[in-house]
Amino acid sequence: MQQIINFVLRNKTFLVFLLLFGLSLFFTIQSHSYHKSKFINSSNMVTGGVYQVANGIGQYFNLADENKALLEENRMLKTIVYNLDLDTTRLELENFKLNPSYKFRTAQVYKNSYSQTTNYLTINKGKKDSIKVDFGVVTSKGIVGIVENTSQNFSSVLSILNTRSRINAQLKKTNHIGSLVWNTESAEFAQLIDISKFAPLNIGDTIITGGQSTIFPKGVLIGTVNSFKIDNGGDSYVVNVKLFNDMTNIGHVYVIENLQAAEIKSLQKPKND
Amino acid sequence: MTKVILNMSVRFVVLILIQVLIFNHINFMGYINPYIYILFIILFPANNNRTLFVFLGFLLGLCVDIFSDSGGVHAAACVTIAYIRPVFLKFSFGTVYDYQSIKFNQIDFGSKLTYFSALIFIHHFIMFSLEIFNISKILLILQKTLFSGIFTILLCLIITILFSQKRK
Repeated sequence: MQQIINFVLRNKTFLVFLLLFGLSLFFTIQSHSYHKSKFINSSNMVTGGVYQVANGIGQYFNLADENKALLEENRMLKTIVYNLDLDTTRLELENFKLNPSYKFRTAQVYKNSYSQTTNYLTINKGKKDSIKVDFGVVTSKGIVGIVENTSQNFSSVLSILNTRSRINAQLKKTNHIGSLVWNTESAEFAQLIDISKFAPLNIGDTIITGGQSTIFPKGVLIGTVNSFKIDNGGDSYVVNVKLFNDMTNIGHVYVIENLQAAEIKSLQKPKND
Repeated sequence: MTKVILNMSVRFVVLILIQVLIFNHINFMGYINPYIYILFIILFPANNNRTLFVFLGFLLGLCVDIFSDSGGVHAAACVTIAYIRPVFLKFSFGTVYDYQSIKFNQIDFGSKLTYFSALIFIHHFIMFSLEIFNISKILLILQKTLFSGIFTILLCLIITILFSQKRK
C-alpha cells in the first residue's frame, strides 16, 4: 500500500497529464459525434456575453452592407407579392396565423468561423426565445446551418461548412435528391453527393433544399452547380456547388421552426418501438 | 510571489480574449490563423510545481475550446506541451542553465527561436491532427501546421520583443 501511494506521489505530474489528456480526447471525440457535444460549446453565458460585447463594437462597421442586403431582400419580396395577382390589401401577417407550417424568427450572428474543418456559429437567441435544437438557420440569400446547442440566451449553429453537416438537397428543375456535405477545401463551395447519375445536370443549375427533412422547408436556396463528375462507385454524381451565401460574411439570420415536425416524426417512427 | 500570481492571471485572461476575439478571425489566405495564446505556456516561470502547470495548461486550452467550439483539441495540445516543456527547456538552453532561474527576456535569440519553434510546432501538429481527425488528410494537417506555425512563431517573437522589460 505504502509503495502504491509512493508511486502515485512520485508520478503525480504524469498521472495528471494522462488524466487531462484523456479528458480532452474525450471532449474531442464527443464533439465529432452529432448531437452529443453538450459540454463544450460557445452557447453558454460567459462566452456568449463576451461575443455580445465584441459584436456590439463590431456591428457598426457592417451597417451599410446590412442595410443594402435588407433593401435587396425587400425589393425581391415586394416584386413577388405585387406580381402574384393577390388582393394586397388583405395581405397581413395575421391572415397567415391560422394554420402556418413554418415560423420564422430573426437572430444576429455573434461569432462565425469558416477556416476550421468543424465550423460553428453563435447566435443571440436561445431557449428564452423558444429556439430549440434542430431548427434551421438561413439568410435571405440561402442556407446557413442547423441549431445544435441552446442555452438561455444563445445558441450554437452547426454551419454547413462542417464535415459533420449533412443536409437533404435537390435539383430545382427535377426532383433528384442528394446530400449536401463539405470537403473542407473552400468556404465558397459545398458538395452535393449521392445524386443519381440519371439526373440531367448542367453547369449553372440551381440547387435547393429538398422537402424530405423536417428542418428546412422545401426550396430554400443553396447554390449553383459549378462542376460535377461521376464518383468512384460509378452510380452517382459528386457536384461542386457554389454557395449563394458568402459564408464568411453573415450578419443577420432567420431561424426556421417547422411547426409540424413533431407530427411528421411521430408518423415516421416505426410502430413497434 | 503575489505579484507573479496576479501577473500570470492577467496574462491568462488577456491572452484568451485576444486569441478568441482577434486572432481567431484573421484567416490569412483563407485558413491561416496564429495561436498566440500558448505564449502563456511558453513564458510561464520555470518552477518546480509541474502538476499545477499541467493543470493550468489544460484550463487555458479548454477556455479557448469553449470559445471556438472545437471540442477538446486545444486542451489536448496545451496539456501535452505543458507536460513536455522541461525537455525543451533543457534542449534549447542547455544543461548549463539551471532551469529554475531562466529569465525569458535575457536569453539569446537563437535558443529562444529553437525553444519557441519546437513547442509551437508540436502544439499545432497535435491540434490540427485532432481537429481534422483523419489520417488520409495528413498532408493537409502538415500544411496547416507549417503555415500557421510560422505565423504563430513570428507573432510570438514580436510580442515578446515588444513587451520585454529591459531596465538599464
